[in-house]
Amino acid sequence: MQTEPAALVVLSRVEKRFADTVVLRDISFSVARGKSVCIIGPSGSGKSTLLRCVNALVPASSGSIKIDGIEVNDPALDKIALRRKVGMVFQQYNLFPHRTALQNVMMAPIHVLKQDRHEVEARARRLLAKVGLAEKERAYPGELSGGQQQRVAIARSLAMNPLVMLFDEVTAALDPETKKEVLVTIRELAEDGMTCMIVTHEMGFAREVADHVYFTEKGVIVEHGPPGELLARPREERTRAFLNQVL
Amino acid sequence: MTTLPVLLTPGKAALSRPSGDGWRDLFGGGALGVVLAALGISILAGNAHAAPSLGGSPGVLAILLKWAPLVFQGFLFNLLVSVLSMLAGTGLGLWLGLGRVSQLQVLRRVSGAVIQFFRNAPWLVLLFYCMFLLPFSVSLPFGTVPLPDAAKAVIGLSLPVMANVAEIVRGGVQSIPLEQWESGEALAFSRRQILWMVILPQCLRRMIPPWMNLYAILTMSTTLISVVGIQDSMTLARAALVAEGRTELFIPMYLMLLSWFFLYCYPIARGTAALERGFRVRI
Amino acid sequence: MERIADFFRWLNDAHGVNLSIFYDAFDRSRFLEGLWTTVELSTICTALSLAIGVLGAWLQGARFGLVRQLVQAYIQFFRNTPPLVQLFFFYFAIGNELPHVLDEHGMLVPPISNVGWAILSLSLFAGAFNVEIFRAGIEAVPRAMVEAAESLGYSRLGIYWHVLLPLAFRISLPALNNNLVNLVKTTTLAYAIAVPELLYAAAQIWSEVLNVREMMNVLLVTYVALIAVLVAIMARWERALRIPGYDP
Repeated sequence: MQTEPAALVVLSRVEKRFADTVVLRDISFSVARGKSVCIIGPSGSGKSTLLRCVNALVPASSGSIKIDGIEVNDPALDKIALRRKVGMVFQQYNLFPHRTALQNVMMAPIHVLKQDRHEVEARARRLLAKVGLAEKERAYPGELSGGQQQRVAIARSLAMNPLVMLFDEVTAALDPETKKEVLVTIRELAEDGMTCMIVTHEMGFAREVADHVYFTEKGVIVEHGPPGELLARPREERTRAFLNQVL
Repeated sequence: MTTLPVLLTPGKAALSRPSGDGWRDLFGGGALGVVLAALGISILAGNAHAAPSLGGSPGVLAILLKWAPLVFQGFLFNLLVSVLSMLAGTGLGLWLGLGRVSQLQVLRRVSGAVIQFFRNAPWLVLLFYCMFLLPFSVSLPFGTVPLPDAAKAVIGLSLPVMANVAEIVRGGVQSIPLEQWESGEALAFSRRQILWMVILPQCLRRMIPPWMNLYAILTMSTTLISVVGIQDSMTLARAALVAEGRTELFIPMYLMLLSWFFLYCYPIARGTAALERGFRVRI
Repeated sequence: MERIADFFRWLNDAHGVNLSIFYDAFDRSRFLEGLWTTVELSTICTALSLAIGVLGAWLQGARFGLVRQLVQAYIQFFRNTPPLVQLFFFYFAIGNELPHVLDEHGMLVPPISNVGWAILSLSLFAGAFNVEIFRAGIEAVPRAMVEAAESLGYSRLGIYWHVLLPLAFRISLPALNNNLVNLVKTTTLAYAIAVPELLYAAAQIWSEVLNVREMMNVLLVTYVALIAVLVAIMARWERALRIPGYDP
């Protein structure tokens, strides 16, 4: 009998309302351990809000979000326990500009997880080397290019040893030259077995990295499928229209 | 040298500031309310404190009201001094500020030194200086003009105002983009013409909020004249307290005085903030 | 040293320019003590007002509206009323109401001295400005950075202490330094309640020695020089704490 790989992230009928506006409606899907999903769609389709609900930055109005068994949409949620399992990288202003790259990576494990300083430092150095920025450990974010900043941000999230990584349009604010280095880093991460949820506009990247792609518009999942199918032969009219615009 | 900014620029930050809570914010988060409440409480407490020992003597509120007109006259005198100093200081400061941005390096340097000097000196020390060292009368071509204490105080307070106005003028002129100067030059205007017809009219609007702020600070600083022996609301309030000789009057009297200044200066602060917000959005 | 004293004695005898602080040891010591008191006052009030600023800015983000209102009331009260009247209010009005205590001579004295009230009053005055300054600095920190800190597991207090405050401090350093300079100038108000700072010491000297003109000039020059030194130190400090990549 074939056993499905365990679902790490399970969203079930998630809804989010801001006052009278419904931003997310009946969102249900799951992400298996070690898999990567990409979420695409026009701006205002609720993609960023979705990620923030998964991370408990924004409370969902109704529905259930389970990460490795922890129910996120629970008022009594242990946020620290959740944040150990979920890492998130944003579009910009990730890094703390008054600390060096190495200090940025080291800060959270020391302050939040109360781990031993020397262990954390060694791990931080390894992570910076992994994203290719070993020689920049003493640089401040203001001295790094956009792509370098985003890679340090990825290393910083990884320092918490998460099970799931969330990426919110992390290359949207970058120049084309620097985009590539960040995308390569994410791809390597996915190939190493990290479970990823990636909101992106980069279709080529989605095709390479994603195991599954979700197209959302106006807060609803319009269509989903493996990237090869969805991006080449979309079933829905709306998906087609969006892809025509973007590709 | 980064392609991705690491912090918001200050202008952007200001735009994202939420506006005040409407009318509740209008009253300084209830500052006035707190002061008036404190005033009321202290009056009642004073009455309770005094009642057993003094039997049928008038309550605290009655005494306050008895002296209020006199102290208020002193308050008006404070305001008069503030207006006169502001006028004098603004007039002088305008020219000093223009000297600060002049083409002549000597003029720039000298103006800069004068501005720095009068901005660094404490206002009370300048007041003392003028009170003690200015002559009792000035002989002008048409006769001797007596210089009363109040006049010396006005002069003393107008000096730091002058320096601050000069800085405001400098800031205003320097905030006008270079293109304005260049387009003026392209139209064959002289520097002086550009300054007076193009640059200054534009700066004027920008200079008003800090100028109003300076006036509020000046008004509050007029109380310093009581320290150098000139009669104003402070000296009159203290004289009243001495005359009455009742300690339970102290808190209410000072609270009353504080609330008068608050009622005068707080609207100026709100007006300044509103004007500044208006500028940010438009420019 | 003696030669300098001789020179100033000569200056007095020959030209009537009486700079007694240069040749008279007692006057000099009084003057220097006054200067030292001014420096002490300024330092203590700076530290206290900074603490008030940090606390006030934290409370401005409190959940309870009442707390936010109280902080606003505090700020608006101390920013829109004359510091001299505040000082008198604390020293004469409130000071009077406090129960007197016995000092070491067995006399009944107020529990807080005039120096104590001066420190309290000036710190509250400067603190009100600092709260606003920190708030402006905190607002320059982008929302995304706060979210990033949250995603790393920092609590509200943790975000304030490790991210918002250090950044707000660096961003608002020019405004804080400006406030510090004003604080030093405002210490002269303590003269009015007989605190022996520099202005008071100078006044004592000129009322005894009757060299008002000379002492006035010395006083003016001393304050201007003191503040010029302070401004220079602040400028160096600003350069040292600069955030690379941020150029307002």
